[in-house]
Amino acid sequence: MTSSLALEITGLKKSFDRPAVNGLDLKVYGGEFYALLGPNGAGKTTTLRMVAGLLLPDAGEISVFGTKLMRDPIEAKSKIAWVSDEPMIYDKLTPMEYLEFVSGLWGVEPDIAEQRSLELVDWLGLAPHAMERCGGFSKGMRQKVALAGALVHEPQLIILDEPLTGLDASSARQVKDVLLSRVKRGTTIIMTTHILEVAERMAERIGVIADGRLVAEGTFQELRERSSNQSSTLEDVFLDIVETGDAEAGLGSLAA
Amino acid sequence: MNGPAFSAKSNSFGWYAVHEARLIWRDFASLITGGKPRRMVIVGTIIAAFFIGMHMFVADLLDNPLTSGIVADKATLLMISGFAVMLFSLMFSQAIESVTRAYYARSDLDLLLSSPATSRRLFQVRTSMLALQTTVFAIFIASPLINVLGFMDHPSWFSAYLVIIALGGFATCIAVLLTLLLFRTVGPAKTRLISQIISAIVGAGFVISLQAAAIVFGKGISRLELFTSADTIELAPDLGSWIWLPAQAVMGNVWPLLSLIAASGLCLVLVVAYSTRRFADDALATAGLVEGHGKTEAFVGFQRGSNMRSVLRRKEWDLLKRDPWLLSQSLQQLLYLVTPGMLLWFNYGAGFGIYYVVIPVVVMASGQLAGGLSWVTISGEDAHELIDTSPVTSRDMLRAKAEAVVTVVGLATSPFLIALLWFSPRAAVCLAIGIFMATFCAVVIQLWHRSQCSRSLFRRRQVSSKTATISEAVVSIIWATGAALAFRHGFFLIPFVLFAGLVMWVAWLLRPQGQV
Repeated sequence: MTSSLALEITGLKKSFDRPAVNGLDLKVYGGEFYALLGPNGAGKTTTLRMVAGLLLPDAGEISVFGTKLMRDPIEAKSKIAWVSDEPMIYDKLTPMEYLEFVSGLWGVEPDIAEQRSLELVDWLGLAPHAMERCGGFSKGMRQKVALAGALVHEPQLIILDEPLTGLDASSARQVKDVLLSRVKRGTTIIMTTHILEVAERMAERIGVIADGRLVAEGTFQELRERSSNQSSTLEDVFLDIVETGDAEAGLGSLAA
Repeated sequence: MNGPAFSAKSNSFGWYAVHEARLIWRDFASLITGGKPRRMVIVGTIIAAFFIGMHMFVADLLDNPLTSGIVADKATLLMISGFAVMLFSLMFSQAIESVTRAYYARSDLDLLLSSPATSRRLFQVRTSMLALQTTVFAIFIASPLINVLGFMDHPSWFSAYLVIIALGGFATCIAVLLTLLLFRTVGPAKTRLISQIISAIVGAGFVISLQAAAIVFGKGISRLELFTSADTIELAPDLGSWIWLPAQAVMGNVWPLLSLIAASGLCLVLVVAYSTRRFADDALATAGLVEGHGKTEAFVGFQRGSNMRSVLRRKEWDLLKRDPWLLSQSLQQLLYLVTPGMLLWFNYGAGFGIYYVVIPVVVMASGQLAGGLSWVTISGEDAHELIDTSPVTSRDMLRAKAEAVVTVVGLATSPFLIALLWFSPRAAVCLAIGIFMATFCAVVIQLWHRSQCSRSLFRRRQVSSKTATISEAVVSIIWATGAALAFRHGFFLIPFVLFAGLVMWVAWLLRPQGQV
C-alpha cells in the first residue's frame, strides 16, 4: 500500500427527497482495498456514483489522486473505472469489440489495448466467447465483460458497486482473484458489498456508512476490538455499529 | 387496509379478463401520460379537443357529397372499400405486434406458466383482449367519419362500427395464425423480428403502395385519386360482386353485415380454440431467447489511428447495423421516399412541378429519420454509465453521436441529391439546404430533450418527450415547405427560417431541467 491519497472526500452532501449523503468525509489511500458497508439506503451507492462522476454533489469536495473532480472531471475520470451491480454493456457487441470501444474512450493505444484485451478475456475465462455477441450472456459473464472493460485502460482507482451480486461461486472467485491481483500491482479499489465475508477477507480497511455519514472505519481487527465479543464476525460488528446507535462514539474511538 | 374486495372466481374467464383489462388500462394510461397520472386531465382534454376537431374537419370535408347525396354506386363502394383496407392494414399491423408481445413479454408469463392455474383460459382471454384492443384503436380513428355520416346522412352508417369490430376479429385471427406459422417455420428466435418488420411494413406499406399505383397510372400522388378515377371505377367489379360485401355492410345492408360479423366471430372462436392449445408451449419456447444469441463476429484486430469520436461513431453504426428491428423501425421513414423516387423516375424532364413534390417529401423524411436516429444514439444509450464515467467531454460525445446520425441521413438521401443535381442543380441546392436544416434541427431538439432510456423503448420514444416529437415534426414540415418554395425564389425561405427559429426557441424553452 502506498501512502498517497487516492481519494479524498470532504463534506460531501447529496439530497433527493431526503438527505442521502450528509456531510461525508472519507480518505482512501493509494494501493488500498477499501470496502464500504452500510444498510440499504445508507448512501453508499450515491457516494460512489458521485465519485464516478455520475451524480453531481450538492456540496463538498472530491479529489482523485489530487485532481479535483468538479474542477477537472476529464482528468479525474481518466484515472477511474466504474463497475455497477447491473453491468451496462452492449448486447450487439462482442466482448472484444466492447473492450476496443472502452479502450478508445480512454485513449489507449490500439496495440496495447488489443494485447491487454486478449489477456483479460483469457484471464476471466471469456476467451471461448470473446467474439460472441453479449446479448445472450449470463449475469456472471456480463459482469466479467464489464470488469474487463474497467481493467483494460488500467485505471488507478476502481470503484465497484456490489460487483459480486448474482455471481456463481466460480465467477465470484475469478472476479475476486482479478481484483486482488490488481491491488498487488498498486491499483486502489473501493467496493460496496452486502457480502460481509468478502469485505472481511479482501478489504484492508472497512468503512461503515449509515444515514449518509461515515460512522465507523478501520481494519477488521480494529472494528472487532470495539465489540465486546473478541471472536465476533464482521457481521456481528456491523450489526452492532448500525443497530446499537453508538456509532459515532465507535468512530471516535477508532479514529483515536 | 381498505383494498378492493377479492371478487370473481379465480381462474375463471371473468377473473382473467379483469386482470388483463387492468393491465391494459394501466399500460395505456402510462403510455399517454408518460407515467405521470397527474397529466391525465390535460391529456384527456387534448384528446377530446382533437376528437371534436376531427369531427368538424370531416363534416367540412363531406359537405359537398352530403349535399348532393351519397348513393351506393361503384365509386362510393370503391372509396369505402379502400378506406376499409387501409383501416384493416392498420389493425393487422397493430395485431401482429401485440400477438408477438404476448408471446415474448416475460413479465408475467413465468409466474402464470409456473402456477397451477389453467394457462389455456388465460390465453383465451389474452387473445380476445388483443382483438378488442385492435378494434378500439381503429374505432377511435374511424369514428369521426362514421359519426358525421351517421348524424348528417343516415343512421345506417353506424353499422360501420360493427364492420370494424368484424375486421378487428379477422386481423387478430390472421396475426395469430401468422405468428404460429412463423414459430413453426423460422423458429421462435426469429419470429419476433420478422413479425415486427411485417408490422412496420404493413403499417406504412398500404398507403405507400396506393400512392405508387397512383403514380404509375399517372393519377398524381394522392392515395384517394386512384379510387376516384374513372379508369379505376370502370375496372372495378359489378355491384353484385362479393368483393363489395364489407362496403355494403358499412352502408347498413343487413345480410352483408350479419355475414361479416358471423364469419369474423366464427374465425375468432376457431383460431382462439386452436392457438390457445399451443400458446403455453410456444410461450415457453421463447423463454431465455435473445435475438442473435451466440452469433459470432470475425476478429479483425483493433483499428489503428482511431480517436474517441471515431470510436463512438463506429460503435453507433455497428449497433444500428446489428439491430434489424431498430433499423427497420428507423428506416421506416425511408419507405416514404419510394413515391418521390417513382415520381422522379416517371416524370423527370416533364416540368418543374415534380420538384415541388420531391423536395418536401425528402426533406420531411430526412428530418424524421434524423429524429429517430438521434433518439437511438443520444437517449437510447444502453451503456450510459460507461460513457458518463469515461474521460470524454460531453461536447465530444454528443458531437460524435450527431455525426453518426448525419452520416446515415446523408447516405440515405444522397441518391436524391445526386439525381436532382443531374436534372436541376438549383433543386439540388434547395434539397440539400432543406435536408441539412431539418436534420440539424432534429438532432438539436433530441439533444435538448435527451433522457436515459433503453433502446427497446424506441417505439415509445414519443411518450418520453412529446415536446421533442411535436417540435421535430413541425420543424421538419417548415423546412420541407421552405425548401420547396425556395426552389421558386430564394426569398421565400426567409419567413420559414423565422418560423423554424421560433419553433426551436419554444423547444429550447420546454427542455427538461438540467439540459443545456
